[in-house]
This record gives sequence, C-alpha cells and structure tokens, in this order.
Amino acid sequence: MSEFEIKPGLTGASKQLNFENSKGVVRSAIKRGRPTLYTSYETSMQMVNTNTKKVWLGLLILFALSLPFTSSGGWLHAFTLLTIYAIAGIGLNLLMGYAGQISLGHAFFMGLGAYTAAVVAGDPARNALGFGLDLAIALPLAAIIPGIVGLIVAPLATRVRGLYLAVLTLGLLFIGEQVFKTWSGLSGGAGNGRYSAQRILFGIDLNANTYAVGPFIFTPEVVYYLICLTLLIALAILAKNIARSKVGRAFAAVRDRDIAAEVMGVNLYKTKTLAFALSSAYAGIAGALLSILIGTITPEQWNLFMSIDILAIVVIGGVATISGSIIGAAFVVLLPVILRELTQFIPWLSVSSGGLINVFQLQTILFGTLIVVFVTIESRGLFGLWIRIRNYFKAWPFSY
Amino acid sequence: MSANLQSATTATESTTKKLLEVSNLTLKFGALTTLDSIDFDVNESELFAIIGPNGAGKTSTFNCLSGVYKPQNGSIKLHGEELIGKKPDVIAGLGIARTFQNIELFENLSVLENLMLGKHLKISYNWIEAMLRMGRTRKQETIVRRQTEDIIDFLGLAAVRNTPVNFLPYGVKKRVELGRALAMDPALLLLDEPVAGMNSEETEDMARFILDIRNELNTSMIMVEHDMRLVMDLADRVMVIDFGKKIALGTPDSVQKDTAVISAYLGGATDEVIAEFAGGEV
Ligand SMILES: Nc1ncnc2c1ncn2[C@@H]1O[C@H](COP(=O)(O)OP(=O)(O)O)[C@@H](O)[C@H]1O
Ligand SMILES: [Mg+2]
Repeated sequence: MSEFEIKPGLTGASKQLNFENSKGVVRSAIKRGRPTLYTSYETSMQMVNTNTKKVWLGLLILFALSLPFTSSGGWLHAFTLLTIYAIAGIGLNLLMGYAGQISLGHAFFMGLGAYTAAVVAGDPARNALGFGLDLAIALPLAAIIPGIVGLIVAPLATRVRGLYLAVLTLGLLFIGEQVFKTWSGLSGGAGNGRYSAQRILFGIDLNANTYAVGPFIFTPEVVYYLICLTLLIALAILAKNIARSKVGRAFAAVRDRDIAAEVMGVNLYKTKTLAFALSSAYAGIAGALLSILIGTITPEQWNLFMSIDILAIVVIGGVATISGSIIGAAFVVLLPVILRELTQFIPWLSVSSGGLINVFQLQTILFGTLIVVFVTIESRGLFGLWIRIRNYFKAWPFSY
Repeated sequence: MSANLQSATTATESTTKKLLEVSNLTLKFGALTTLDSIDFDVNESELFAIIGPNGAGKTSTFNCLSGVYKPQNGSIKLHGEELIGKKPDVIAGLGIARTFQNIELFENLSVLENLMLGKHLKISYNWIEAMLRMGRTRKQETIVRRQTEDIIDFLGLAAVRNTPVNFLPYGVKKRVELGRALAMDPALLLLDEPVAGMNSEETEDMARFILDIRNELNTSMIMVEHDMRLVMDLADRVMVIDFGKKIALGTPDSVQKDTAVISAYLGGATDEVIAEFAGGEV
C-alpha cells in the first residue's frame, strides 16, 4: 500500500525500534511494575490495555452473569431493563457525546425498532400486523429499518445544529407518535396497543421451558436477560471500536471544531449522517428488546419522557464514554427501584400518592439536579467522577 | 567554480514548477471588498510569505485557498487543478493543509488523536471494518500510529502525547497544530501566524521546525507572519497586501526597501523609523 510508505525525514528515536512486527525493543525487565509502558503500538491501542483493567472487566462480566441467579423477579426485570437502556444510551452517546449532535428523537427510533420487531416476529393470529418470523431475523431488521429511516432524515438534521437540531428532532418525535397512533394496523391504535414480537429465537420458543443446569435455573426471564446482556456486550464492543477508529476521531472532530475538521479532510455531511444512522440503529435494537421485555406496547410510550431518560443516561453517565453509558443506565434504571424499596423505611416517601412526595417526583427531581450538575460541572458524568476519585487515591496522601 | 554554481542555479530555476497559481482572486463580504484581484504563484518547495497590516486580508486568502470562503471571482490552481468551488475536505485531499491564526484544535482529543486525525484521508478502511476492527483496520491504525509518533518525536511532544489538548499551554498547542497539518503529508502547507504570541525561545523552536520541514520534507509553504525578522530570515519571496490589494511581491530584500510597503506599515513615520525598518531591525 503505497500511501502508507513511511516518508524519509523527520528523523527521530522511534526509528531505532523494530517496527516490522510492531514490537519495540523494551525488555520485560524494564516493563515490570510499569503497567502503562507499552512495547508495541498494537498493545497500547488495545481496547483493554492494562492487566488491572482486564481483571476488573472479567469480574464485572462474571458479576453480571451471576445476577439473574441471585436476584428475585422484580430485580431481574430491572437488570434486563438496565441492559436495554444501556444499549439505547450507547447509541445516543455515539450521536450526542461523540459527534456532538443533540437529539430528542431517540424514543421515536426506539419505537420504530419495537414496531419493526413486532411486525416481523409478531403472532399473525393476534390483533395487529405480524409475520411470525424468528427473532434472528426480526432483531437485525429492528436495527436496519430505524438505521435507514435515520439515513433518510439525516439530510435535514445535518443542516442545523444545537438548539435547532433539538427542535427538529423533537418535531420528528411528535410526527412519529402521530403516525404510530393513526396507523392502527401497525400499532393497535391509540390507547390500545399491541402485542410485541414472540420470543422465538433460532426456532426455540424461549417461553416454553425452564432449564436446569447444575445449580443454575434458567427460567425464560433469566434466558432473556442473558440474551440482552450478550447483545449489550457485543454492541458496546462495536461502539468502542467505532469510537477509537478513524470514524470516532472524525465524530469528535466534527463535535469540537467542524470547520477545522473539514479542512483536515473530514466530510461533515457523511460523518454526521453516519452518526445519525448508527445511533438510530442502536435505538432500534433497544426498542425491540424493550418491547419484548414488556410484552405489549402502546403508541404513546415512545415519547419525550423516554427520550429524556436516555438523554439522562448519557449526561449522568458521561458524554463520549461507552462504559459511562452503562453506568448511567444503571443509575437511571435502578434509582427508581431503589427508591421504591426505600418507601418501606421512609415515611414521607410514597409509591404513588399520599405522603410528602412520591417516588416518581423524587426521581424526577434527582435526575434534573444531576443533569444540571453534570452539564455545568463535570461533563464526563459519573464516569468522570470515578476518574477523579481514582486519581485522588492514586496520588494519596498528596493532593496532586 | 563560480561558473559551475551559476549554471547549476539556472538549471534548477528552469525546472522549478508552479505548484500554486492564484489569479485575480476577489472576495467580497456585501459591499466590503476583502480581497481585490490578488495574483501570485508559489513554486515547488518554496517558502512564500504573505505580510500586511491587520485586516489586510491574509487570513481571508488562506480561507479561500482551503475552501472555507467562496471567492466571487478569480482562480486558484494547485498542480493545474482549479480549487474554487471545491469543498474544504476535497481540497484537503488534493494536498493543502493549514494551521489557524486562532488555534483550532480538537480540544477534547489527546495530542495523539489530533495528529492521527490529520491522517484521516490516508486511511482507507470503512466504518464496518472499523466497527469489527478487522485486519485492515488494525494494520492501518498501527501504521498511522507509527507515523504519528515520528511527528511527535520531531516536534518534541512525547511528554504530552496522551494529554487532551485543552490542558496544554498556548505555545505547545501551536506546535500540535503544526503537527496535525504535517500529518496530512501536504503538498502545500499554509501557516497562519505560526509564532504570534510566542516568546523568543518558542519562536526560535518554531523557526527551526519550519526550516526542518522545508529541508527534510521539501514541503512548499505559505506563511502569514507579523514577525518581520522571521519572514526576512526564512522566506524565499514575500507578498505584501494592504486593504485586500497586493502592493508588492519579491525577495525579502526588495520588499523591505519598497516605499509603498513602508508607508502601508508605518503611515506617516519619521525618516529614522523608516531607516530602521529598512534595516530589518523591527
Ligand atoms: N467572515 C467574514 N465576514 C465578514 N467580514 C470578514 C470575514 N472574514 C474576514 N472579514 C473581513 O475581511 C478583512 C480581512 O480580514 P483577515 O483576512 O482576517 O485579515 P488579516 O490580514 O488580519 O488576517 C477584515 O476587514 C475582516 O473584517
Ligand atoms: Mg489574520
């Protein structure tokens, strides 16, 4: 590949290393005790590039895998919801955090994914359109169709930015809701709703059986959680790969300085369009998984509140971090559950009405406050707070 | 010996090719004419300087060259290919790279990522390959990283390699911007006030970098600069513009003695000041 030939000139020490196999000449004796000393560019550019990180990540995945076997029904539902919201959050983070394009229309694309899955894999004998196909077909389509719709609206979205983009995507959300409501063959109509996709994956009816493997009991809910978790891990890796590639750098360049980005050779239109389409595809999958989790879907639920929940995930978890979106989703999904549990102990907090304040109100206040705090003080969100705490303890007992 | 030298010079002169040809460049903002029929050309591996008072239209010239502004009239040809009407990213692909007067780095990206962005057009894997991080992606990322490390080495940025650029001091940011432009392997490098706001040590470093780029990479450059000594020391030819008009073009020496230039710069200055200016001690 001739364009990659290394030019003569710009002499420097890096030339003395052997780059044939992209290995440096630093011996392991020097490396010991220096976790961030890399002897090749390959290792320094790996996704998980220190041993400490590898261990933590392994433990975290083990923990996530063990969750369904140690938690009760309500919590399992919450953890499944967490994985789904994390997928939606990662999608919005690609668009908003990385590429810097605000969108309030995320819930519309989630709805689109939900209805795609419902139509493709819905029971033909029920009240609304359904072809009864396998989820192995429905889930990819639930990403592709919203992705394509994202591509179609992107030309509009790439023309405006900031507040105007927020308003435009809000308009999209309203139009979408209206379409869902009126097209009752698709959605069951306003106030009615419809059944979501059947849980049949690779020909196996996931609802039919409970399996026991040694001490582990795989109920349909556990199996569904594990499917969502697997998809989350896969989609998080894909997003992380995008983020650390040429594409991710172009996203960030467009976000930070669009004119300079263009002068460096980044095509603004293509870059924003790709961000929009990718984000819509992630939203679509999340919407489909959500619809299958809850079983019935109504056209009204893909609304501004849902968009704001996902927005809160991005802002609270931290913009432009994939792991942050998972932390943010944990926060946004688990906080209401924890608050509901707390109502047993706190007299002035109630589940629905009565008492000084109810769970929903307290949760709204908390989210609102956190969004304001993070937007103004720590734009890297909870992820950023964690980095700060870690650095503090790294430097301890010194404060610098 | 001297005859030999003579013939060698004429030989190189006859083979110098025009890299950039700008003719009749006119840019208007409403009723305001920012650039008024500017003509100049830049040879292969030449260091061409543009000077002029504030608001003369130097940055606007750069913006026309890199496609950020659309001039109303004229022609800009790089390797004989017309640039006017092309978008900035297309022009970047044709080989023009630039730095900005007011630093325009990607602030939340590290030094490394900023420089690697300069390689954007050299990378050929697509977004699907990026997502799956397939073989070609890995290979190209490693090669680009290695090339970027060379630039980091050259500009002495190793210590701040992974620092987000908004934490860097001004002088270092200017260097990163130069590095980012260099990463593009440009045929023509535009430097907009590379040493503005720098102390004398940083200025010296920057001058050294510019000379090295020229000697080692043979890159043609257009430099806009207020620091007269730098211009006089480095440039092969100098163009002077004032109120969007070209008022002089020639070797640094001839331009320095040009009366139109002196009056543009110094207005109604005394004879002593003019003499001092012509002596190059400004
Ligand atoms: N985008 C713009 N809109 C209106 N006027 C502009 C614009 N850019 C430059 N100008 C005007 O063009 C003139 C030249 O500016 P500039 O090229 O920045 O000068 P300098 O030689 O100091 O770099 C100034 O009078 C400036 O006000
Ligand atoms: Mg200027």
